[in-house]
Amino acid sequence: MFNYLLRRIVSGVVVLGIVSAIVFGIFYILPADPARLSCGKTCSEELIVKIRHTLELDQPLPVQYGRYIKGIFAGRTYLKDTPAELNCSTPCLGYSFQTDQPVTQLLKDRLPATASIAFGASILWLLIGLSSGIVSALRRGTWVDKLSQGVALGAASLQIYFVGLVLQFIFVNKLAWLPTPGYSSPFEYPLDWAKQMALPWITLAFLLSAIYSRLTRAGMIEVMGEDYVRTARAKGLNNRTINLKHVLRGAITPIVTVFGLDLGGLLGGAVITEYVFNIPGLGKLSTDAVSNLDLPVITGTVIFSAFFIILANMLVDLLYAALDPKVRIQ
Amino acid sequence: MSKFLEVKNLSVSFPTEDGVVRAVDDLSFSLEKGKTLGIVGESGSGKSVTSLAILGLHAGGSAQVGGQILIGGQDINAMEESEVRLLRGKLMSMIFQDALASLHPYYTVGNQIAEAYLVHNKVSKSVAKKRAIEMLDRVGIPDPQKRVDDFPHQFSGGMRQRAMIAMALSCNPSLLIADEPTTALDVTVQAQIIDLLRDLQKEFNTAIILITHDLGVVAETADDILLMYAGKEIEYGTVRDVLQKPQHPYGWGLLTSIPRLTGDPNKSLAAIQGTPPSLISVPNGCAFHPRCTYVSRVGAACSTLIPELLPISAGAHHLVRCHLQPATREEIFMNQVGPNL
Repeated sequence: MFNYLLRRIVSGVVVLGIVSAIVFGIFYILPADPARLSCGKTCSEELIVKIRHTLELDQPLPVQYGRYIKGIFAGRTYLKDTPAELNCSTPCLGYSFQTDQPVTQLLKDRLPATASIAFGASILWLLIGLSSGIVSALRRGTWVDKLSQGVALGAASLQIYFVGLVLQFIFVNKLAWLPTPGYSSPFEYPLDWAKQMALPWITLAFLLSAIYSRLTRAGMIEVMGEDYVRTARAKGLNNRTINLKHVLRGAITPIVTVFGLDLGGLLGGAVITEYVFNIPGLGKLSTDAVSNLDLPVITGTVIFSAFFIILANMLVDLLYAALDPKVRIQ
Repeated sequence: MSKFLEVKNLSVSFPTEDGVVRAVDDLSFSLEKGKTLGIVGESGSGKSVTSLAILGLHAGGSAQVGGQILIGGQDINAMEESEVRLLRGKLMSMIFQDALASLHPYYTVGNQIAEAYLVHNKVSKSVAKKRAIEMLDRVGIPDPQKRVDDFPHQFSGGMRQRAMIAMALSCNPSLLIADEPTTALDVTVQAQIIDLLRDLQKEFNTAIILITHDLGVVAETADDILLMYAGKEIEYGTVRDVLQKPQHPYGWGLLTSIPRLTGDPNKSLAAIQGTPPSLISVPNGCAFHPRCTYVSRVGAACSTLIPELLPISAGAHHLVRCHLQPATREEIFMNQVGPNL
């Protein structure tokens, strides 16, 4: 088990290294000159040369990449031994061209909003998706099943930018039941936080619970035909035990897998949701960075989301071992 | 005195889009405690459907079950599902062909046996676990204290089937249905499982219905034999009668198709021509007539009239469903079948 974990961590780090190298490489393949981008409106040739030196862009690419990676683990000092010495503390991901803020600080500031969306929505979609999937599977072929699967099909086909805007129009603009979505700290203003997050949660959960509902229904129906469910019935167990302990347990593994990956992906930035509702999360940060060609921020957000996805993958694999005794013993 | 298990005119049919599938049609048999009935037939002849009906496991599905299933005088088929559920596992229980698929892959063997015990007994979990260990020990699992916490995939094929038997017998049921319990096992393990079932039967005085297509297993273990074809019983009697003096052309076909140690190794085995009928469109008259070699000895009745299940002679307990006259049957058996047995 320990060896397995170690292997996973090492391979995760390797993948992160590859991702960062690719992003860093793209950085320089782009026709845009980072120094010019960083220069701002009042720009001159001398200034560009100076910036190039400040950002160490005059060094060979592998050296720059090496320093970037070193910065993540050990911090980095720009313009060393000059009066303008600039200390970027560990983990250093460089400075935004747009705001001159450290990228690490930007990521730290934006993570809570994204995490709020991801965790809140995931609880909601798990509740709705699993319960409607279970009911559909148990009442297969009845109107309850047809209705819930019809709604699920519709919901899965609708896009966040459509559902989100429609909901916002109804609940914020027309009925005024909810404030304009945004982010406030859940520790200081929990009620505001919940109210502002409600629409992003519902919008995301609407789409994703549809997928989970179909997944749960299909999985349960498949397991219901398994011999071991027949055994459970032959023992004289009641339906509740059969359905929850035997059927759902048999069907839960793929759901957990998909859930882990979805959550990991969302933590890297609920891009569309944040964009639609103008929530200052990681997704919004990266879309803004892309439209401004703010290269250090793009690199930082990509590495950060890759980190979450790799972490989620690792957790899913560990959960697999917990859920499936066959995996555990091998 | 009525017998412990009496099945009267059992029929099970499934409505499908292509028509009604009559999986079991007008089936009657009975069984005493401590005795074994072997139900023999090929795939799709209605053996497993019958056993599921006896456990009341068709409830909630699309199947329509008719007739009476009396166990200890109670009609299972007339009961509410909630009442039958309380009897399942306690009064009658079942073991299945594929033990690996029949055990839940995510729960330990001990957990699953204890669960069967807990449903019907108001005891603590630790008592139930003790019972699981005791049962595993009884069915011959070595080191049961340790193996009780194993998962099914850690058991060998034979051990899994033993675990299934332990689970089925944990509540001391009076009736055990074994649906092809040895089919998935290799021959030496088959023999062990059959021996185990026989020992347990002696110990607990259990009535056993053994469903199989292996005549060898039946010959060794059963007291009575019921031969099924296309959902109907075509021959029913004691093992001795049915195997030594089979009366139905299908039974003749089955018995002569078995290779024998004393036979001529160069002679090809006799086979029953044709294939079993679809249960949606069972042939008119005797369902076996399209495959029967002796239709010419009867004539039109074979394809128009369903033969009745009748004693081979007045008062005999050996029943057969065939249009052949007893005398003709005797003659065919003596001249054509007997020499090949």
